[in-house]
Amino acid sequence: MSVKIKDMPDIDYVLPGSAACAGCPSAIALRIVGKALGENAIMVMTPSCAVASIGLLPKSCYSIPVLNICFASAGASGGGLTLALDALYEKGRLQGEKPTVFTWIGDGGTYDIGLQGISAAAERNDDFIHFCYNNEAYSNTGVQRSGATPLHAVTTTTPLGKEVARKNVPLLMLEHRIPYMATASLAYPLDLYRKVEKAKSVKGFKYIEILSPCSPGWKFAASDTVELSKRAVKSGSWLLWEAEYGKLTLNNPTRLLAEGKTQPIPVEEYLKDQGRYARLLKHPQKEEYLAAIEAEIRRELTFMADRAKL
Amino acid sequence: MRDSCVNPLSRPVKGAGGPTGSWRTSRPVLDGRKCNNCLLCWLYCPEGSISKEDRAIDYDFCKGCGVCAAECPQKAISMVKEEV
Repeated sequence: MSVKIKDMPDIDYVLPGSAACAGCPSAIALRIVGKALGENAIMVMTPSCAVASIGLLPKSCYSIPVLNICFASAGASGGGLTLALDALYEKGRLQGEKPTVFTWIGDGGTYDIGLQGISAAAERNDDFIHFCYNNEAYSNTGVQRSGATPLHAVTTTTPLGKEVARKNVPLLMLEHRIPYMATASLAYPLDLYRKVEKAKSVKGFKYIEILSPCSPGWKFAASDTVELSKRAVKSGSWLLWEAEYGKLTLNNPTRLLAEGKTQPIPVEEYLKDQGRYARLLKHPQKEEYLAAIEAEIRRELTFMADRAKL
Repeated sequence: MRDSCVNPLSRPVKGAGGPTGSWRTSRPVLDGRKCNNCLLCWLYCPEGSISKEDRAIDYDFCKGCGVCAAECPQKAISMVKEEV
């Protein structure tokens, strides 16, 4: 049963006039997530663009309770908060439905700095949802490379293009065999909405990662934020899937790509409007580089298709 | 206001980042005759400055990113350059 856009509640986590950049994918994603989670929620944030978007004291652009904590502690703080709530309910100091605790963390706080805390929370099976909005760089501090930055992408700390491929943290979380996890894209909002609703209904540790094309970081026009999300999925650069206790299911259109029923669009279609690949696309060895990226995409698709059979 | 200096607690208000409509270089204009009420613009607006009821655009806070115009399947929203 799928929800329609007109049935989504008029709940806004992000109030108009936030300090985020124009076309911010984090704000778009958080608005959709908010509609699925409802008003009874507590958000935990580590340093990221989403924190910089809040605005200056005493104003906040988020309409729900937000706890700002230090960079490495997303997993520990989310787990601590949910356990403290459990204790208060047990003692009878709180009544009613328990608020949904979720963390809203960038790729820096998930892939690099916060990884051990999140891994520990997943292993303890703490009852909260970890959201990673993955913009593939430390965009908040001026676009430095992160563990999520893909191969050959230019950032301020990799001016000649990143020489190593990104790490696969969703796969790492899959092998933690947590109750529910998913990857999502802004271009498929109903899929994202369904996955968040599903995560809300499951008890234990949940992980949802959303690819967030960042216009100042990736150097493209702000109006293309959603279009690039779509091309990422259609080219196979970003895969849509979900898993329960390590049982993997591929979602469309990734499933069709993996089964060979549709062909991925050429990866150049996805890269050409991104300024961070301008150097690669002008390089004499361009074809070689593109072939290497496409080989990596095919490998990933084959790997996930076979992993789904387990 | 004095309390908030002692107690580092922010409260949700519109315009926490200032009057962000002043950032805009082009404004989205909706052609109501082409609109088929799909509500994609309402869902995708990063600012939440398009209303769900009548798709009225709040130009005080719209940053003019153009996601609504790019994603509108009916091409009912056009970006018009701001005149100073």
